[in-house]
Amino acid sequence: MSELEGSVLRAIHDQQQIADSGEYALSQSVDHLTLVGIIKSLAASELITVEDIDHFRYALSDEATSYLAAGSPEAQVFKVVPEEGLPLSQLKVLLPGDIGDVGFKQAMQQKWLATDKSGGEPKIIRKVDCITDKTQQLLKDVAEGKEIDKADAEALKKRKLIRNETWKTYKLGKGAKFALERVKPATDLTAEMIQKGTWRTQEFKEYNFNALGAIPSGGHLHPLLKVRTQFRKIFTQMGFEEMPTNNYVESSFWNFDALFQPQQHPARDAHDTFFLTKPATTTTGVPEEYLQRVKDVHQNGGYGSIGYGYSWKLAESQKNLLRTHTTAVSSRMLYRLAQDGFKPAKYFSIDRVFRNEAIDRTHLAEFHQVEGVICDRGLTLGDLIGVLHQFFSRLGLPKLRFKPAYNPYTEPSMEIFSYSEELKKYMEVGNSGMFRPEMLRPMGMPEDVNVIAWGLSLERPTMILYGIDNIRDLFGHKVSLSMVKRNPLCRLGL
Amino acid sequence: MPTVGVKRDKLFERLGRTYTDSEFEDLCFEYGVELDDVTTEKEIIKKERNTVLEEANEEVLYKIDIPANRYDMLCVEGIARAFNIFCGNIAAPKYKLADMTGKKPLQLVVKPETALVRPFIVCAVLRGVKLDSASYNSFIDLQDKLHQNLCRNRTLVAIGTHDLSTIQAPFTYEALPPEDIKFVPLKQEKEFRADELMQYYLDHDQKLKKFVPIIKDSMVYPVVYDSKRTVLSLPPIINGARSAISLDTSDVFIECTATDLTKAKIVLNTVCCMFAEYCKTPFEVEPVEVMDALGKSQTYPDLTYRQLDVPLDFINKSLGLSLETEAAQKLLAKMQIESRASSAAQEGTLSLLVPPTRSDVLHACDIMEDVAIAYGYNNLKINVPATVTQGKELALNQLTEMLRQECAMAGYTEILTWALCSKAENFEFLRSQDDGNSAVEIGNPATFEFEVCRTTLLASALKTLGANKDAPLPVKLFEVSDVVMLSSSHDVGARNERRLVAVFSNKESGFEVVHGMLNRIMEILGVPYKGSDPVMESRAGGSYHWEQSSEAAFFPGRQAKVVAFGKVVGHFGVVHPEVLEKFEIPYPVSALEINVEPFCYDQKYKPLLVTL
Repeated sequence: MSELEGSVLRAIHDQQQIADSGEYALSQSVDHLTLVGIIKSLAASELITVEDIDHFRYALSDEATSYLAAGSPEAQVFKVVPEEGLPLSQLKVLLPGDIGDVGFKQAMQQKWLATDKSGGEPKIIRKVDCITDKTQQLLKDVAEGKEIDKADAEALKKRKLIRNETWKTYKLGKGAKFALERVKPATDLTAEMIQKGTWRTQEFKEYNFNALGAIPSGGHLHPLLKVRTQFRKIFTQMGFEEMPTNNYVESSFWNFDALFQPQQHPARDAHDTFFLTKPATTTTGVPEEYLQRVKDVHQNGGYGSIGYGYSWKLAESQKNLLRTHTTAVSSRMLYRLAQDGFKPAKYFSIDRVFRNEAIDRTHLAEFHQVEGVICDRGLTLGDLIGVLHQFFSRLGLPKLRFKPAYNPYTEPSMEIFSYSEELKKYMEVGNSGMFRPEMLRPMGMPEDVNVIAWGLSLERPTMILYGIDNIRDLFGHKVSLSMVKRNPLCRLGL
Repeated sequence: MPTVGVKRDKLFERLGRTYTDSEFEDLCFEYGVELDDVTTEKEIIKKERNTVLEEANEEVLYKIDIPANRYDMLCVEGIARAFNIFCGNIAAPKYKLADMTGKKPLQLVVKPETALVRPFIVCAVLRGVKLDSASYNSFIDLQDKLHQNLCRNRTLVAIGTHDLSTIQAPFTYEALPPEDIKFVPLKQEKEFRADELMQYYLDHDQKLKKFVPIIKDSMVYPVVYDSKRTVLSLPPIINGARSAISLDTSDVFIECTATDLTKAKIVLNTVCCMFAEYCKTPFEVEPVEVMDALGKSQTYPDLTYRQLDVPLDFINKSLGLSLETEAAQKLLAKMQIESRASSAAQEGTLSLLVPPTRSDVLHACDIMEDVAIAYGYNNLKINVPATVTQGKELALNQLTEMLRQECAMAGYTEILTWALCSKAENFEFLRSQDDGNSAVEIGNPATFEFEVCRTTLLASALKTLGANKDAPLPVKLFEVSDVVMLSSSHDVGARNERRLVAVFSNKESGFEVVHGMLNRIMEILGVPYKGSDPVMESRAGGSYHWEQSSEAAFFPGRQAKVVAFGKVVGHFGVVHPEVLEKFEIPYPVSALEINVEPFCYDQKYKPLLVTL
C-alpha cells in the first residue's frame, strides 16, 4: 500500500471526509492525477465513497499570457505612435506580425487612433492623449482567478485570448468497507496464511468456475494396450493360460503345414505373406516322424481323411516368414502338449501378426490377434458357442449369431457375428472353429480330444470403443500424442 | 473368398420363389455364404468407370461370397442347386456317366514330353447341350472363377472347352518346341507361331499376359491336337479359334491340363456336374479315355460317389446332439450327401455317398459340419465347457504390464510402434552400418518402408517424436515392445527380445532425466546399484552400474552403457544431433533403451523366461 493511500484513509478517518481532493493534493504536494488513481482503486474496494466536484474557470491562451506584462496589442500600438503621428508603413517595422495588425485594428475600434491621409502618405495619429489598457487588466484578472464580466469574457474568447476550462475533483467519504488499511483479496490459500492464521481474516478472490483445471503432469497408457490389458484379464479370469508368442519369425511349417493348410493355398502367396530372405529357411526343430506324418496327411490323408492329394514339398515348409497368425504358436503349443502327455488346457494370446498388405484406413501390415484355445476330451461345437457367449458377454457383446464359414484348419468353422445396438444389425466380430483331425492327430493328440478356438483382432473392437475410424490413428508412429493422452479408461470386462 | 455375381430374378426363378433382400441374406447366412452386395451392372460401371452408361443393364445383381472350398457354388447353377436341395425343393441330382456299352469312348493320347512342362490332362464330353446367352456366359464365368481360385491363376489347372463338331478324335496331348506350334488362336484371324504369340500377348493383351510366364521359358510348350492336327489349345494360355464354342454348340469337349492331377479332376468334375444340367440327358456326362505316356488307359471324368462311413456317435459327440440315424440322414440330404441303407452290422454308422461335386469333404468332420449347418448353428445347444484350468499370464508379459504402469507413473506417455521399418531407419539414421548379421530381412514387401524387423526401439521412438513436432515440450515417451534379432541358436534363426525405450525431448538435452529413469527402473526391478547394498546384491545375485560408452547414435561424452548382472543390457545418452536431423527432430533428445528379459524373475530372483 502506498504512503499516499495511507494518508488519504487517515485523513478521511480523522476528518470524516476529504472535502476536495484537489485541495488535498495541493496540501500534500502531489499530482492530482496520482491521487485520482488511488481514489478509484479505494472506491472499487468500497473503502471510500466518492462524489464528483465539477470545476470551471477561464484559462489564458499562450498569446494572452505574453500580454500580461507587455500589455494588449492595442496598447502596444498606441504606445509606439508619437504625438506627431507615425507613417503607417513604419508601424509594421516597429511592431511586426500579428501584434501590429491586431493592435492597430483594436485601437482604431477603441477610437484611440485615426489615420490621416492629408500629407499624401497615410499616417497614424493619436485621437486621445492617454488610454487605460482594459484588456490587459481583464487578462490579469483571469490569471489571478478573479471573476470577470460575461460580455468581456465573450469578447476575449472571440479574440482567442481565453478559453473555458473544466475539471473534476472529488469529495471523499467513508465507504462501506472503510478501514485504515486496505486488504487485497488473495487468489489462493497459502502455507503462510495457515501458519500465521491470517486465512481467518483474509479475503479471497472469487474463483473462476468456468475454466478447466490444470492438466496433470503424469504419463499415459496407449489405448490399444489398455484394451489389451482388459482382454488379458478376461482370459485369465476365465482360466486361460498365456502362450509365449514372442517369436515373430516363424517357419511355413508351423504357420501353415502343421495346420493342414495346403501348400497351394492363396494365403501362402507372396501377395499376402512376408517371406524372409534372412533367415530364409528353418531346417531344424521338427522331429522327423512328425514331419513325415504331416507330409503324409497332406499328400495321402490318414486318420480317416483322404488328404489333399498333392505332392508336398519339404522346401516349401521350410520357408521362413513373419507369422500371419498367432495360431502358429497354438500349433507349437498343441504339439508340445501332445508330446508331454495330454492334459486339458486353455490357452490364450494377444500379439502381433503380419500381413503383406498395402496400408490403408482399415489395414496395417501388422496388427494384434487375440486368440483363445481350449483343448479337452469330448468338447462339442455347443461348448465353443458357450465359451464364445461367455467371452463376448464380458466384452459387452451378449447377442451373438454364428455363420458357417471355411477355414483350412478348422471344421466346423464359424464366423462370429454380434448384434450392434447402434447400427441395428449383426456385425462380424471374429472367427472360430474346431481344429481338424488332420492337424491334431499327426501331432499325437488322442482321438477323443477336441480343440476349439477363436480369434479376433484387437484393433477393431478398440476402434469401435474409442470411435477411431482410421487404424493408422491407433497404431504406429504417426499416432497423435494428444490422442494417447486423452483417451478414457477401457471398461471392457467391468 | 471368391465372389459370384448372379442375376437376382434368374436366381429366384430357379429357386421357385422370390425373397426380400433380408430374407435372402438370412438364407445365405444359414448356409454359410454371404450376400455381399446388391447392385446392377449399370451401378458397377458407374462405380468403376465413373460414367453413366445408359444402355447398361439395370437388372438387380446379387454379389455372393462363396467359401473358398465350395467350387460347386461358383456359378448360378450351383448356387441355385445347393439352395434348392437345402430348402428341400429338389433332391440332389444323380451325376452319372453315359452308358458306353457297345460304344467306344473318344480317346486322347498323352505324349511323354508333356511331363517336362504340364504332365496331366483329363477330359469329358457333354452331349446335346442347349445353351442360351445367359447359360453360355455362366459357362465362361465359371471357368474364369475356377481359373482364379482352385487353378491358382492357371498354374495348377487350365480348362479348355471346344465345339466337338469342329474337331476330330482321337486327340493328342503333346509338348513341342514353341517354334513348331502354329495355329490361329481364339479371337484372332491370322496364324501365330507359339513363341511369337507369347510375345504378342505380353505386348498387347492385359488379361492373358499374366499367364504367359507359366510356360514362356519352357523348352517345350503343351499343346492339344485333334487327329487332323488342328490345335485345340495351347494350355494354359489360349484355345484355338477353330474349336471355339458358341450358342449353337451342341456337343462340348472339355479338357483340363494340369500340374496337379487331383485338382484337375476336381475342376473337370465341377464343370461337368454344373453344366450337365443343360445336356440332352441332364446330369449325364460322356467319358473320354486318356491314354497316358506309359500306355495306361484311364477314363475321365471320375463321377464316383465316394463311400464314407461316419459313426453317428462321432457326429453327436462333436455337436452336443443326440440325433437318430434317420434325422442325421435327412439333414445330410439337405447338404447333398446321400445315405445308403445301413446293414445291421453297421448299426450306429452312417453309410454315406459323397457326390463328385463335394470335393471339400475330406474327413468325417466335414460331414459333421454339414449336419451342424443343416441343423442350424444357431439351434445348437449352448454349453459351457467343463474344462478346469488355472488362469495364468506369461511372466514376461506380466512384467511388461507392470513396467508399463511404472513408466506411465514416472510421467512418460506410451507409444505403440511397428516392428517393421526400413533399413535406413534401423541403421543409417542411427549412424550405424548394417553388418548383415543382426536384422531379419523381408524379401517381398508390398510397402517399401518394410524392409527389416527393427533391432532397436530407439528408431521407432524417434520416428514418433519426428511425427509429433507440435507436441508441447517436454515430451516424454516410452514403449515396451519386442525387437527381432537374428539368432543361430533358435530353430527359425531369429528371436524376439523385449525392450524398454524411454525418450525425453526438451529445449535442453535432459541427460540426467533419462539417467534418473534408469535408476528408477532398476529400483523397481529390485536391482541394487553396484556397491550400494551388499546384502541386496547377494540376494539378487548381482547389481547394476553404468560406464561411459561410445555408441554411434549417442553424443560423444554424453552416453553410457548399462551393465546388469555382469552383462551389457542397454544404453542411455544424449541422442546424436545427426540422428535427430535424420528423424527431423528440432529439439535435443535423451534416450534410454534396455533389454528387460534379464529381469524376468520372481521375487526370489528365480528366472521365469519361457521359450517355445
